[in-house]
Amino acid sequence: MSLRVDDLDNENVAYFKHCAEHSFHLQQCGDCKLRRYPPTTACPWCMSREAGWVPVEGKGAVHSYTEVHHAIQPAFREYTPYLILLVDLDTQKGEPTADEALRVVGNLVTPDGKLAPPELVRTVGIGTRVRMVFSDVSPGLSLPQWTIDESAAQPDKPWRYPQE
Amino acid sequence: MPLPTDTDVSTPKHLRDKYAIVGVGETPYTRGSGMTTRALGTWAVRNAVLDAGLTAADVDGMLSYQSGDSTFAPFIAGDLGMRLNFYMDVFGGGSSTEALMGMAMGVIEAGLCRTVVIFRAMNGYSQVRIGGTGARSAAPVSGDTLHSRAYGWQSAGQMFSFTFMRHMYDYGTTPAQVAAVRATHSAHASNNPKAYYKQRVTVEDVLASRIICKPLHLLDCCVETDNATAIIVTSAERAKDLRHPRALIRAVAGRVCKPRADMHYQAGPISTVAGRYAREILWPNAGVGPQDVDVTGSYDAFTFTTMLQLEDYGFCKKGEGGGYVSDGTIRLGGRRPNNTSGGHLCEGYTHGMNMVIENVRQLRHDVDDSCPVGPDGRRRHTYDYSEGGCRQVKSCEVTANLGWANPGTGSAMVMRRD
Repeated sequence: MSLRVDDLDNENVAYFKHCAEHSFHLQQCGDCKLRRYPPTTACPWCMSREAGWVPVEGKGAVHSYTEVHHAIQPAFREYTPYLILLVDLDTQKGEPTADEALRVVGNLVTPDGKLAPPELVRTVGIGTRVRMVFSDVSPGLSLPQWTIDESAAQPDKPWRYPQE
Repeated sequence: MPLPTDTDVSTPKHLRDKYAIVGVGETPYTRGSGMTTRALGTWAVRNAVLDAGLTAADVDGMLSYQSGDSTFAPFIAGDLGMRLNFYMDVFGGGSSTEALMGMAMGVIEAGLCRTVVIFRAMNGYSQVRIGGTGARSAAPVSGDTLHSRAYGWQSAGQMFSFTFMRHMYDYGTTPAQVAAVRATHSAHASNNPKAYYKQRVTVEDVLASRIICKPLHLLDCCVETDNATAIIVTSAERAKDLRHPRALIRAVAGRVCKPRADMHYQAGPISTVAGRYAREILWPNAGVGPQDVDVTGSYDAFTFTTMLQLEDYGFCKKGEGGGYVSDGTIRLGGRRPNNTSGGHLCEGYTHGMNMVIENVRQLRHDVDDSCPVGPDGRRRHTYDYSEGGCRQVKSCEVTANLGWANPGTGSAMVMRRD
């Protein structure tokens, strides 16, 4: 799997420049002040062209997930089953409406950024508290990923798909 | 920027019943067509023209959609000797069929042409697979896809699973309820000689099939096939002189339903999809409601996409879709059968078009190709819907087709029998 950020993709170039430094930044609208993900050239809430980059804390809870057993990407085949998580950041949760959140994708990984082994995959579900870590995937390119937040209070039993 | 719920959804009603579908055509649903998408498209368009009782000279408009495969309208028009006054090929997914119905009505209404054919041609099994396998899986990952494919989040099933998983969490929907969609559609397909999968399966079969990506089992996923389909639209006035009872178009809707048409953002809960917003245009425009519909045609790329659409278009209350698809309502013989041909799950996959074709045939009351043959050699309608029985729905007067591309875009169409 070859990953690349195109030169003219200014928003993603800026996003991944921060990621390469293992620092999570999101665009913040210059007008309505709402942050957004993934990077774009316009504010989806107010159409403003103005935006700046602000540091955002990489902490949140799993909003939904899928557990992939049949990998499409050859690079993932040796890691099945792997988890893909949609995480509600604590930052800006419930804005601009009660149903909204900054939802950031990532895989479940170990604290050192490796795709989680099956025994770890089986412990995570909706509600699990996670924190961001970075996986260095190629020179100059790091992907934000999610690992279980050891310091957070976890739900008694995160919601898991019922048929195991 | 206003959210979709804030936009003006009042639409002109003067198009109601002004246009009709007068011809439908398809090629066999196979795995390994042995021909190009251009050839497939040519035969589907030809079959639709003949079905309508028209000639090449009568068709002066052509629309199509694709995502990475297929062919282009001018090639097919040339091969069939058509001189088009208007054509357009667009990038599109599963909600394109109904959206292009609206476009066909628009170009006829504008006087750009009189009769428009819409087609979709795809070697969806032997060449470009929607699931992203083969050449697509090796394509470089950049731009927006750095926030999806780079995480092994690529196929339609993987993309949509978040919505399904959250629906279970929010409403207590069970895998068995959703699996009932496959069992039901497989029963329908067993009465459809054209169907690629004619074998009936049970809920237990679905749940016992291997997991592809939780919560989707193999049998929760549709059958990828090679095929082409075509549909001919003209004015209701002109349709009077043609061969079949008119399938009059009551309403079409096509709506983008979120600030961003991706899987991350929503205006509303992620277990609610575009039908919730498209219905605000569809039903007032059609002048009928879900309760008036006799047959539904859902975009059953997966079992749960059927459940979500039926729920969000208002055929049951939000959160009760699991019960609605498993309580017998959507079976042949039930109150409102869904995908009477077997749909994408069993008949074949043409990116949304084959369920429209089935509903046109239901409205014509001629879905008799599997009814038992009597002693006089004629087909006998039995309506018992057992294996080898008919699949024509009694007194089918109103149908609804529900398109799906991703949870953020939705298109739908309501038709009625003349």
